[in-house]
Amino acid sequence: MLDLALKGRPRYWIWVSFLITMILIGFICWMREHHVGAAVTTGLSRDVSWGFHVGQLTFFVGVAASAVLVVLPYYFHNYKTFGRIAVIGEFLAVGCVLIAMLSVFVIMGQPSRVWNVILHPTPHSIIFWDMVVLITYLSLNLLCGWTILHAEKKSAPPPKWIKPFIYWAILWAPSIHTVTAFLYAGLPGRPHWMTALQAAHFLATAFAAGPSLLIILSMIIKKISKFDPGQQAINKLAEIATYALIIHLFFIGLEFFTAFYSQIPDHMVALKYLYVGYEGHTGMVTWMAISTLLAFTGLLIFIFPPLRKWNVTKLIGAVCIFFSIWMDKGFAFVVSGFIPNPFDKVTEAWIALNEFLVAAGVWSVGALVITVLYKIAITVKEKAVFDKYGQKQVVD
Amino acid sequence: MITRREFLKISAFASLMGLGGAFGIEALEKKQGKEVIKDIKALKAKRWAMVIDTRKFKTQEDFDKIIKACHKPHNVPEIINPLHEVKWIWTEDYEHSFPGTAEQYISKEVKERKFLLLCNHCDNAPCTRVCPVKATFKREDGITMQDMHRCIGCKFCMAGCPYGARNYNFLPPRDYIKEFNNEYPTRTLGVVEKCTFCNERIDRGLLPYCVEASEGKIIFGDLFDSNSEIRKVLSENIVIRRKVELGTQPMVFYII
Amino acid sequence: MYDGWKIILGLVVFVIIVTLPFTMSVGKTYVQPKPSLDTPEIQKMEKKQCIESKQYMRESHIKLLYSWKDYATREGKRVYIASDGKQYEVSLQKTCMKCHSNKEKFCDECHNYVSVKPYCWDCHIEPKVGGLK
Repeated sequence: MLDLALKGRPRYWIWVSFLITMILIGFICWMREHHVGAAVTTGLSRDVSWGFHVGQLTFFVGVAASAVLVVLPYYFHNYKTFGRIAVIGEFLAVGCVLIAMLSVFVIMGQPSRVWNVILHPTPHSIIFWDMVVLITYLSLNLLCGWTILHAEKKSAPPPKWIKPFIYWAILWAPSIHTVTAFLYAGLPGRPHWMTALQAAHFLATAFAAGPSLLIILSMIIKKISKFDPGQQAINKLAEIATYALIIHLFFIGLEFFTAFYSQIPDHMVALKYLYVGYEGHTGMVTWMAISTLLAFTGLLIFIFPPLRKWNVTKLIGAVCIFFSIWMDKGFAFVVSGFIPNPFDKVTEAWIALNEFLVAAGVWSVGALVITVLYKIAITVKEKAVFDKYGQKQVVD
Repeated sequence: MITRREFLKISAFASLMGLGGAFGIEALEKKQGKEVIKDIKALKAKRWAMVIDTRKFKTQEDFDKIIKACHKPHNVPEIINPLHEVKWIWTEDYEHSFPGTAEQYISKEVKERKFLLLCNHCDNAPCTRVCPVKATFKREDGITMQDMHRCIGCKFCMAGCPYGARNYNFLPPRDYIKEFNNEYPTRTLGVVEKCTFCNERIDRGLLPYCVEASEGKIIFGDLFDSNSEIRKVLSENIVIRRKVELGTQPMVFYII
Repeated sequence: MYDGWKIILGLVVFVIIVTLPFTMSVGKTYVQPKPSLDTPEIQKMEKKQCIESKQYMRESHIKLLYSWKDYATREGKRVYIASDGKQYEVSLQKTCMKCHSNKEKFCDECHNYVSVKPYCWDCHIEPKVGGLK
C-alpha cells in the first residue's frame, strides 16, 4: 500500500517538500544545541529546566490519546457514523505519538546515550513508563490502522485477530495520558503540578483539543479530496469537544478553589503568575489571557447548536479550542510549575527561536507521517463505496 | 516464489536475529584481572549526614574559602549568569534558604546571616526516583550519587529536586574553568551535575573538601551511629532542615 | 524488465556508495599505527609492564575502562587487583594517563587510524603535553 503515497499531484509534493525542509531546518537547529549549549538555543535555565518541548510532549500525547474517541464508539459500540474516520483518528495518533516521543528526545543533553533508558530499565521512573506506553501505543495504532485499511483495500472484512489489538489500543489511550500526567503529579517540590486531578484534567483537555484537530483535518480532507469523512461524524466530534472543554474549564475552577480557599501560598503563586502576574513577573499573563479568550470563544461557538453545526463557525471554534489548549498545556502549564523556584524566587522562561525551529521540525516529522498515511488512506477510501451510514459495504 | 512483501519481512526478521547474536557474543567474553575492591582506607557509614554550624560563619571569607575548596578541585565552571550557573555549594540568605518559616520576625542577625546550601543527600531522594537511567542513585552509605557517564540530560531530576541543588550544563563547561585540576574530570555539555559529598574522597579515606576547609564549622558523620560526633552535635543544638514537610529526609542540618 | 533502467541505476548508485571506503583509499599508502610508549614516566620504570598483559590491553582496554567507570562511580570500588596480584587505583586520569602521558602519540595514534572517537576526553582531562583544547 505504501506505493500509494508515491503518486500525487504537485501540491502534494510541494507540501511534502515543505515538511522535509522544515525537518532539515529543525535538525540543524537541534545539532546546534549540542555545539553551543542549551543556554544559547533554548529559553531554559537552572530554575526552569523544562519548557516548550516538554509542553509539546504533554499536548501531543493528549491529541494521540483522543483517537480513542472515534475508535471506541466505532469498534466497541458499533457506532457506524465514525466508520469513515476511525482510521483517520488512528493515523493521527501515530503522528502525534511520534511528535511526543521526538519532543522528549530533543530535550536530551546527551542524545547518543538515549539507549541507556533501555539498557538500564528503571521502573520507578515515570519517563521509563512513558517510553514503554508510547512505543506500544504507536505500534498498536499503526498495526490496527494499517491492517483495517489493507482489508478495506481488498474489499474484505478486517481479520478477526485484529480485534484484541483494537481493544488493547482503546485501553491504552487513557493510560498514555495518565502516565504523562504522572510525570508531573508526583514531584514533591512542584505544588502547581502536584494535584490528583492532573491525569483527569489532561484527559479533559486532550478530548477537547484532539477532536478539534480531527474536525479541522476532516474538513481539509473533504476539501482537497473526493473522500468525505461525513458531516454527521464531524458534528459528533464537535459535541464531544464541547463536553470535554466544559469539563476542562470546570477543572480549572476546581484548581482555583483548592488553591485560594486553602490559602496555601505555594499553590496560589503559580495561578497568580499565570493569570495576573506575581511580584511584578507578568511574562505569561498575555499568553494566558489569549488562551482563556480562545477557550471561551470556542465554548460560545460550540455550545450553541446552530453555530456548532455551521461549518464556518465550527472551523473557527475548533481552531480556537485547539490553540487555547495548545497555549495552556503546550507551554504555560510546564513553565508555571517552576514558579516559585526552590528558593521562593521567580525565574521566568520563554521560547527561544532555535527551540521553536526544533519544535517545528518535530511537528513536521509528525505531519509528514500523517500526510503519507492519510494519502494512503484517502486513496483507498476514494475508491471504496460507502453505504448511507458511512460504513463500507462488505461482501462476506 | 516469495513475494516482495514476504522477502522484506524475512530480511527484517533476519537482521533482528543478527543484532541479538551480537549481544550474545558480547556476554561470552571473559574478564581479565582478579577483582576490583574497595579501598581499605575508605570511610564507612550507614548514613552520611552533615551539620552546618551557621553561627560560626562570620565573614564572607569563611564562605568563599569553603566554596573555593569545593569548586576548584571539582573543576566546577564559573558561569556568571545566574540562569545557567553551575554550583555545588553556595550561599543564600535565611528568607530564601528556609522560605515560609516566619522570616519576617526573626532577629536581624539571623535575617542577614548567610547559609551554605548544597545537595541535601535526601534519604528519600525524589531525584533518584525520577531518573530514567539510574544516573542518579543512592549509595549504600546514603550518598545521592550522580553518574555523569550515564546521565542522558533529560533534566527530570531538576524538576524533581525541591532544593535547586542540581545543575545542567547549559554551556560547554571547559570554557568557564580557569584552572584545571588534573586529578578530577570536568563535565561535558548536556549532563547534570551536583555535589556528591566528595564520594571520591570518602572512598579513599578523606573527608569532603568543604568539611576539611571549614575547620570545625561543618560536622560530617554517620547519622545512624548513635555514638558519632554528629549525633552528639544534633542532640545538643537546635537544628533545622530545608523543607522537611516534603518527606525527603534531607541529610544536611543547620544549627541556627 | 519493467522500469529496468531505474533499478539498474539504483543498483549502480548503491554499489558505488557501499564500496566508497575502499575506492577512497586507493592510492593512499598504508601506514601502520605505532602507539608510542616513550614517555618519561615509562622510561623510569624498571619493568616496562602495563597493569595487564600487552595482548589483553590491546584487545580489551575499553572494556576494562568501561567496567572501571562503573566500579568507581557506582560501587565506590577504587582498587583494581591485577592478574599478578598488584594493586592499582581505578582511575583513568590518575593511573592510566600517569604513565601514558602522551595521549596524542599513544591513544590517538590507533583511534585516529581506525577512526573511533572515544568520548572519554569530553570530561576526563588529558595530561598536559599539548595543553587542553
